[in-house]
Amino acid sequence: MSRNRQVLWPFFSGVLLTTLLAACGPPGGGNSEGDALAGKVVLTGSSTIAPLMTEIAQRFEARHPRARIDVQTGGSSRGIADAGSGLADIGMSSRGLTTEEAAGLEAHTLAFDGVAFVVHGSNPVESLTDEQLLALYTGQVEDWSALGGKAGPITVVHRAAGRSEVELVAAYFGIEPEAIQADLISGENQHAIKTVAGDPNAIVYVSLGAAQRAAAEGQPVKLLPLRGIAATVEAVAATVGETYPLARPLLLLTAKGTALSPLAQAFLDFARSAENDDLIEALAYVPPPR
Amino acid sequence: MAAGAVVLLIVAFLIRESVPALSTIGIGRFLHDPSWHPAGEASAGTFNLVPMLVGTLYLSLGALLLAVPAGVASAVFCQFYAPGRVAAVYRRSMELLAGVPSVVYGFWGLVTLVPLIRRLEPPGQSLLAGILILALMVLPTVALTAVAALAAVPRSYLQGAAALGLGRWATARRVALPAALPGILSGALLAAARAVGETMAVLMVCGNLVQVPSSLFDPVRALTANIALEMGYATAQHRSALFVSGLVLIVVIALLMALVERWGERADA
Repeated sequence: MSRNRQVLWPFFSGVLLTTLLAACGPPGGGNSEGDALAGKVVLTGSSTIAPLMTEIAQRFEARHPRARIDVQTGGSSRGIADAGSGLADIGMSSRGLTTEEAAGLEAHTLAFDGVAFVVHGSNPVESLTDEQLLALYTGQVEDWSALGGKAGPITVVHRAAGRSEVELVAAYFGIEPEAIQADLISGENQHAIKTVAGDPNAIVYVSLGAAQRAAAEGQPVKLLPLRGIAATVEAVAATVGETYPLARPLLLLTAKGTALSPLAQAFLDFARSAENDDLIEALAYVPPPR
Repeated sequence: MAAGAVVLLIVAFLIRESVPALSTIGIGRFLHDPSWHPAGEASAGTFNLVPMLVGTLYLSLGALLLAVPAGVASAVFCQFYAPGRVAAVYRRSMELLAGVPSVVYGFWGLVTLVPLIRRLEPPGQSLLAGILILALMVLPTVALTAVAALAAVPRSYLQGAAALGLGRWATARRVALPAALPGILSGALLAAARAVGETMAVLMVCGNLVQVPSSLFDPVRALTANIALEMGYATAQHRSALFVSGLVLIVVIALLMALVERWGERADA
């Protein structure tokens, strides 16, 4: 009898302890008495926007010491879902909303980002037409010599399913993501860039800001122009002249019909103000025209 | 005891999260669908896990095939041939190797190893790259447990062998290794469990194409890398399907641990 108790008691106390710990959560995000700008704001969504929002949040928290801004990733789809369901105060999305999604949400533009096609720095090809890129990505062209480059098998690098870059590129070409024939699949932007930097025959599509930063840091990568427009941050934000065609908005989403807490509203207004343009540009995104 | 309770709760959580996919998609589809193109809705996507399961198994088996002989051989060297100071340096360097984070291995593999393999056969990120990196990662586990197992061989055995006039190699091969076999087996199975569960390094160097590889130079995707790649962007049934693949991994590891219980033995037992 006592031997059983020696085994069972710690086991059940372990189960009890773990369950109690799981039941503990952060205190409900309300404002405390006194200072209106205190409490917690939760943001979830795109991992492209998250680093930027973390920087902006730190600036905000420095001015309002009793505020806590919690920035979580999980992808644009998560940000859209959470903003609609109330799990997050503000959602972050790096793609535009579908009509169904837009019905329940208000979108506030934070910045713009482009998606660029990137090849190795030593690749003699200077530009590719939309038809050539589509042929390349659907497996119809297999050698660089067919595209005016040095003979060699093309290493087509694709991105993980569900990423907004994939959906953007598929929509641009008018195909389903499943139609893309790839040789390799990369995860994060940095992984994709490192893959191209190590292979003179590779081509990949990544966030334009990340690619431009990598090129500026001296990595052997080259951004290809699209439809004759160079892949630069200026072209993404251009309001006069030609805009870079493969660009996406970085959105902050709030639920329609539900008012934000004063803290969350203050944070949203702060995030969208021109004060943060330096942070946006430091990450090679493009501030919206003001 | 509390740790055991936590593990049970984790498994219970995995089962709970997998139930939606198992009930709407069904185990059959996880084995027989034409491809892995998951979608939020069960009817819209395809959910074949078999190529990734095969990828995980090939990667782990390949890594073990390289790491176990090398680890055991280096343990024999350390115990029977190396002078005291060399043996100490060897043990420290194995411990250091065991402590290197997996993402560092992955990064090194992507930047150094993959271009070398690409010279042999493009694209470079491949089953071979994954096997080499995993072998490097599990080698310390095998080597250190083999050293401990060999050190635990009773002195009387070694003295008996010396009394019979056996040389170093004969003693090692005929007396010490057979006596240390359960401990070495434990080490190999622990290494297998680590190889099966490895995520970052295989994600970075294996190419992540969902296919059953037909050659060492073909890209593969491991189940672990699949979860890491897609969990961030998965919703509904897709997310539940990823939990199913997590459950499969837990089952594989549980089987390996059961084998350790059955065949292995702690070096100090």
